[in-house]
Amino acid sequence: MNAIEVDDLTVRYGDVVALDGASLHVGAGRVCGLIGMNGSGKSTLFKSIIGLVRPASGSIRVAGVDPATARRRAVIGYVPQSEEVDWQFPISVRDVVMTGRYAAMGTMRRPRAADHDAVDEALARVELTDLADRQIGRLSGGQRKRAFVARGIAQGATVLLLDEPFAGVDKRSEATIVRLLRELADDGATVLISTHDLSSLPTLADEAALLMRRVLHHGPPAEVLAPERLATAFGVDLAVQP
Amino acid sequence: MTLLDLLLDPLRYEFMVRALATAVVAAVVCAVLSCWLVLIGWSLMGDAVSHAVLPGVVLAYILGAPFAIGAIVFGFLAVALIGTVRSTSRIKEDAAIGIVFTTLFALGLVLISVTPSQTDLNHIVFGNLLGVSAGDLVQVLIISAVVLAVLVVKRRDFTLYAFDPTHAFAIGLNTRLLGAGLLALLALTAVVALQAVGVVLVVAMLIIPGATAYLLTDRFGRMLVIAPVASALCAIAGIYLSYHLDTAPGGTIVVVQGALFTLVYLFAPREGVLAKRTAARRHRGAAPVA
Repeated sequence: MNAIEVDDLTVRYGDVVALDGASLHVGAGRVCGLIGMNGSGKSTLFKSIIGLVRPASGSIRVAGVDPATARRRAVIGYVPQSEEVDWQFPISVRDVVMTGRYAAMGTMRRPRAADHDAVDEALARVELTDLADRQIGRLSGGQRKRAFVARGIAQGATVLLLDEPFAGVDKRSEATIVRLLRELADDGATVLISTHDLSSLPTLADEAALLMRRVLHHGPPAEVLAPERLATAFGVDLAVQP
Repeated sequence: MTLLDLLLDPLRYEFMVRALATAVVAAVVCAVLSCWLVLIGWSLMGDAVSHAVLPGVVLAYILGAPFAIGAIVFGFLAVALIGTVRSTSRIKEDAAIGIVFTTLFALGLVLISVTPSQTDLNHIVFGNLLGVSAGDLVQVLIISAVVLAVLVVKRRDFTLYAFDPTHAFAIGLNTRLLGAGLLALLALTAVVALQAVGVVLVVAMLIIPGATAYLLTDRFGRMLVIAPVASALCAIAGIYLSYHLDTAPGGTIVVVQGALFTLVYLFAPREGVLAKRTAARRHRGAAPVA
């Protein structure tokens, strides 16, 4: 079964065409790297899958249902770009992870024992137990990302969307996150990651999709990363670059 | 005169007791709401809505309807107009806010000028703590209870809305309703606060307490305690000062709040300017000098 099915998706912001007939199918339990230049529509694709933007045409299915139903079932775990987060916000790591449980809670979102257990488990899984009571901004770049992945774990999300998770993250932390995502995929989660970091793509992803307002190519990372394909997407000859 | 006399003297007057009660209640409600406003970045919106409710309140007065209804209608009207101007022209949001709220506020002033018994209504602009009637106090208490109840029950949703609205939306929370709800609470709170300090100074009560608390703690739960406690103490101090110094009570309350913010801004243990400077110096001292 495909966990993400985007078919012939077109999104416009006024006169600007952000996505133009993009199609992407990602199977359950797969890790898919989404690559493309700034303005290629990566963030728009994420927003469309969540349902934040209304497509002009095309269809989206997440875990077999439309985005609205997927939201009600809290299927999607979203790890935002660093710039989108207010790191000064007075909230602890544990409380951030706890917000993953909100969909399953009552009106007042008062955590029960099961919620605390799920949060503890998620924190342990991403190895942030010792830092759980820190304010979220007092973590390193990699730890911050893991905190948001933990939120998705606590949520029980089966589809994880990560927008540029490796920006500002050192290589060791990146390796930890990659390992974690692979484990989650092995447990059945579907992971879609937008990234600029082409070098880590083969270890990170089962497949890659090259986006330039539509999906130019989708296949094994080595194939998608072939210089001639990248040249069309990035408009430069990457083969001569280190 | 002993200190006790200084404290008890004003309480001999019923209007002073009512003034104290109104000021403290308004200070607490505004302070609790301000914790979210400063974090979402809605301070300017608070300014706009608190001014824009004026014509609504005046119309409600003319029609004999509760102030709260007029305030909510015009609060939403203001936000809708701001959004419309911003999204359908090249005018940026801050300019749109400035245009809409000053125009609505001015409309309120015009309405006041053509309404008989204008002395009553002019008090809305600058506040009239010493003239709060028993009926006014009841209205303040009812609205405050409603606002506080909603904020307490939905506090976790509002906090998530402030921190990460995308996640809130992605897990099925109605973020549109949360935003609209906060706006409605803001308009209601403006009604409460304008009884105390008047339309012009409401925004101070809606921003300063939350900002002060934010400099003192990294925990939102603690902000929700520090802000109302500090704000209530400022309101009490402001009233006593205004009684003994014979100054305007609304203005005095806000000056005291501003003074407390200044102290916290300078001397807060971690986020204060002095603490930060000391930390920076220690940091530099520890690093090897090149």
